[in-house]
Amino acid sequence: MPRETLDRQIHQLQDEVLLLGSMVEQALLNAVDTLKRRDISAAQKIFANDIAINEKRYALENALIIIIATQQPMARDLRLLASVLETIIELERIGDYAKGIAKVVIRLGDSTLPMPMREFSQMAEQAASMLHRALSAFINEDAAKAREIVLEDDQVDELYNKAYRAIVTTMIANPEIIDDANLLVWVAHNLERAADRVTNICERTVYIATGELFELDTDDSEETAY
Amino acid sequence: MTHETNNHYAIETRGVNLYYGNFRAVKDVDLQIVPQKITAIIGPSGCGKSTVLRSFNRMNDFVPSFRMEGEILFHGQNIYAEDVDPVMVRQRIGMVFQKPNPFPKSIYENVAWGARINGYKGNLDELVEQTLRDAALWDEVKDNLKKSGLSLSGGQQQRLCIARALAVKPEIILMDEPCSALDPIATLKIEELMRELSRQYTIIIVTHNMQQAARASDYTAFFTMDDDRAGLMVEYGETHQIFTNPRDQRTEDYITGRFG
Repeated sequence: MPRETLDRQIHQLQDEVLLLGSMVEQALLNAVDTLKRRDISAAQKIFANDIAINEKRYALENALIIIIATQQPMARDLRLLASVLETIIELERIGDYAKGIAKVVIRLGDSTLPMPMREFSQMAEQAASMLHRALSAFINEDAAKAREIVLEDDQVDELYNKAYRAIVTTMIANPEIIDDANLLVWVAHNLERAADRVTNICERTVYIATGELFELDTDDSEETAY
Repeated sequence: MTHETNNHYAIETRGVNLYYGNFRAVKDVDLQIVPQKITAIIGPSGCGKSTVLRSFNRMNDFVPSFRMEGEILFHGQNIYAEDVDPVMVRQRIGMVFQKPNPFPKSIYENVAWGARINGYKGNLDELVEQTLRDAALWDEVKDNLKKSGLSLSGGQQQRLCIARALAVKPEIILMDEPCSALDPIATLKIEELMRELSRQYTIIIVTHNMQQAARASDYTAFFTMDDDRAGLMVEYGETHQIFTNPRDQRTEDYITGRFG
């Protein structure tokens, strides 16, 4: 094959995307776990790890631009590389959501605030699982799988609504804790947004496979989550 | 001969097969060229793209064994019909070649020549100036019009050849690898000139350089060679579609460099 160099560079890039994905997935799960355990020092580690996630994203972006400049990719190669660029940005943002949750853990300190922890854990597990499978579909250019994963976003939205209601109920019952409880709304928001970012990655998978670029998650309306 | 008028297209081919002796070089081409746009013809060596281009103004007539089946319509008329004068065809459909080939005459004469032999009655000085301006060459040569065309740089010579083609007021300009002998800057100048000229003229360019086709054209036709070694058109569409999302696997393989 006359494009061995390009193929090799693309494969390396895909491997690195999976690596970045697993760093982000772990950060998200760890963040919710530190919240559950109120482990401030573990939360601080997530904070520090986010720097590594950001650095990796920029290193990948740089490598990708060099491939575009030196190999002049076209058609599917071009769609793939453009999609990798979008995907690494989405991954970094999911990492930021994990960092945001870690920040909440640090801010809450040893507060005894009641939390919808079950919903938070389920949201994190669901989002991480979606992320894991979305990246696998992304690498395999499996548009059908990507479309399936997007449908699961509704479950995360439902959990968000449940968590949100629980937090608001707590606020109404104890107005003095509104400041802290408000931080929990951020946790729910970050988890919900993480799943939304996964649907964006799925859109890119469909784009690589079909050349069609459109929003897959059209149910992202006001009645669901913000 | 066909008398159907189709003002939609600058050139329309119907069931075109092109032969050199018994060898069928190109088969079954149905292609519609959109007026005042730039159409690029790309494909591997031997796919017949130059043969197709040259058939558009009957340049292949000079090859003794050449034969054509089908119709190539220009203003609804088959340019291969018996009562059509090939010289008139070449006046309306001009050509620029791979290697710049100015006449060994002055810059002025290179441009004025075609108009003069066609009995141009207007002001030749004005025609030469306007044509050189249209070919984006005037500012570089206006003080040296008496100098030989051959004294110019390669890129300037090619623009002089474009000016020579424009001077007889064609509708269509065929370009056969016009930049393959030029450096990258001269190449980009020709591409910018093509863009400017496409406001008035229809341009069809054969190029080996896919990036050039992607940069400079509005439509792209991809040709390849079939198992019987005859060239055929695989896919034809808007350039942005061909280069981002081709429909045919053979086009995909070629433009991503996975051909052969």
